[in-house]
Amino acid sequence: MTRPLLLRGGRVIDPSRGIDEVADLLLQDGKVAGLGRGLGAPDGGEVRDVTGLVVAPGLVDVHVHFREPGNEDEETVATGARAAVTGGYTAVCAMPNTDPVTDNQAAVGFIVRQSVRAGLARVYPIGAVSVGQRGEKLAEFGEMVGAGAVAVSDDGRPVASGHLMRTALEYSRTFDIPVADHCEEPTLFAGGVMHEGLVSSRLGLKGIPAAAEEIMVARDVLLAELTGGHVHLCHMSTRGSVALIRRAKERNVRVTAEVTPHHLTLTDHACEGYDTNAKMNPPLREAADVAALRQALVEGVIDCIATDHAPHAYDEKDAAFDDAPFGIVGLETGFGVAHTELVEGGVLSLPDLIHRMSTAPARAFHLPGGGLRIGAVADVCVLDVRTPWTVDAAAFHSKSRNSPFGGRRLTGAARMTLVAGRLVHDAPAPGARGA
Amino acid sequence: MTAIGKDLVGLEHLSPEQIRLILDTAEPFKEVSERPIKKVPALRGKTIVNLFFEASTRTRISFEFAEKRLSADTVNVAVSGSSVSKGETLVDTARNLEAMRIDMVVIRHGSSGAAQFLGSRIRSNVINAGDGKHEHPTQGLLDLLTIRDRHGRIAGLKVCLVGDILHSRVARSNLWGLTKLGAEVGVCGPRTLLPRGIEELGVQVFDRIEQAIEWADVLNVLRLQLERMEKGFIPSLREYYRVFGVTQERLAQARRDITVMHPGPMNRGVEIDSRVADGPHSVILDQVTNGVAIRMAVLYLLAGGKPELADAAKRGSAGGGAE
Repeated sequence: MTRPLLLRGGRVIDPSRGIDEVADLLLQDGKVAGLGRGLGAPDGGEVRDVTGLVVAPGLVDVHVHFREPGNEDEETVATGARAAVTGGYTAVCAMPNTDPVTDNQAAVGFIVRQSVRAGLARVYPIGAVSVGQRGEKLAEFGEMVGAGAVAVSDDGRPVASGHLMRTALEYSRTFDIPVADHCEEPTLFAGGVMHEGLVSSRLGLKGIPAAAEEIMVARDVLLAELTGGHVHLCHMSTRGSVALIRRAKERNVRVTAEVTPHHLTLTDHACEGYDTNAKMNPPLREAADVAALRQALVEGVIDCIATDHAPHAYDEKDAAFDDAPFGIVGLETGFGVAHTELVEGGVLSLPDLIHRMSTAPARAFHLPGGGLRIGAVADVCVLDVRTPWTVDAAAFHSKSRNSPFGGRRLTGAARMTLVAGRLVHDAPAPGARGA
Repeated sequence: MTAIGKDLVGLEHLSPEQIRLILDTAEPFKEVSERPIKKVPALRGKTIVNLFFEASTRTRISFEFAEKRLSADTVNVAVSGSSVSKGETLVDTARNLEAMRIDMVVIRHGSSGAAQFLGSRIRSNVINAGDGKHEHPTQGLLDLLTIRDRHGRIAGLKVCLVGDILHSRVARSNLWGLTKLGAEVGVCGPRTLLPRGIEELGVQVFDRIEQAIEWADVLNVLRLQLERMEKGFIPSLREYYRVFGVTQERLAQARRDITVMHPGPMNRGVEIDSRVADGPHSVILDQVTNGVAIRMAVLYLLAGGKPELADAAKRGSAGGGAE
């Protein structure tokens, strides 16, 4: 059994109950056991002084790619979970586009076992919507949920067939899980490598129009409305998508949505010079899209921030722009980027940011965590929101280095991460590799 | 670093002065090709690889003549299909070239940015002979030189690019070169083949070829790749010619003496009427001739040749001039 731990003197923020005060937090037997001033440590307990630091529910990322099984040279469940706790995340949801695809109970059970074996962040599997992610035949949602899946998705590809999406949303209702969709109309996407706009025209790169995403967002909210199913829209990138989600939420459609730290902070100008670390799908869009996504996060039109952590081997990204794969890693920079740009940038308060990175995603995917009430799981992060640090991609715990934020000066980092009360990340300073 | 940088990747990042320098340097090299013995020693001892990942006849031959007339040692490497499909990455190709201690690489590649990618990874000078849909700077330069020869100036002229602007690297290099030297640029073609946001670059857009002809001093007619029809950008070549073809009848309506250019190879009866291509408006073969001079100038300058010595280098009396 883990020793009781008293986090003394921190600024405790629990967005689930609107708490933001200097207090002590006691974790015992894997649960939150006490919150208040002047708490004493129980016998045999450890006391850590966290004065000047922020104590919050552990961050939750509903969208990561851990490449196991299939591409363990890029990431494994264990290295991904290590990257997660380094970034302050206590729970992550792993997308099923592995090799072979995580589309059955045995494959889902494998991810759960690898997560338990690693003993770091909780890694929840997301099962495939369709067998082999081929977009044809529904995968066995019931058996996958029985083995530990928390949602279904064909992420990496869209659910192209309207009929399949409708069926998935209807069938998901039995298990009360979200169907997470990667919104992309395939014939409009058609070989695009970046946002379609002035920059793609100048660089001579094939563009992906905003409409390729928005058409599928419109379809998905209509189908959610038709079926009563819960659709979760992955990595929203355009102002048009925001407008569609806003109207759907006004009609009480069961829709939740996520946005990545990079879509909140970078534009298609990052692709200048053919920087392959700015190649992601959906692509980085325009300043007006960034502004709309930020506003959507403030209003709750977009529910949460998810990293879409997508590791790739260094030599795959060291290629001509057309030939490089899509995606970037994000777990070890997610909070720092969001805090620096959004909180220090005056877009969100710190409690609101923690809400969007912990409470809201936990709620959207019905996961434990996301709050600090007595009896809740002791999934906690201790954040340093004062000391600046510099991103060093070479020092990532992730096996991959594909980040556009290398060299960035950030404020905001996890100094401690606790999963079920167990200290799994303990760094003496921001950016230090920790233990 | 030379007067025009280490590499020639495109015209977008060159200054007007650098572009003028290349055009002026090309002038004395024109004469070399008119001699019975078409050779000067400016690049003697330099080794150059012509690395072509896409099929090309005229650009490759033009570069090769330019290199040989400057006395460089050249090797042609033709790689069919993309490097990735062959299993070797562009990085590996770059490292192998570097290991052979070559002086320059002329690269044509199907991916936009490939030339810049190569240039950033090897010490040798890199010349972009066309990268994807990005730029084809020596084509842009030879077009500028041809316009200047014909009109005596570039500033103030109205030049309209006609056809498939979306997929054209020639169009982008023309656009940058012409605007930097003070020409007005228009584009004309079906909207399916115009890039998004092109108006924001200060370009005038014409939906009808008749309007473009009325406006322009120069038409640069781009090649229409036949696969554009297969991919559904246009319904048929017949209709394309009917709506956008540069024909004798349409040119007859022009108020001024229009110059017609084409980067080649032409699809006669698709984007251009044979009578126009072979007629008095056409400077298409002048473009080809100027191509060799422009490429000699670029090679000479990137090899460190002194611009003011180009004339002397040509006569072989300045010790090569390219040290």
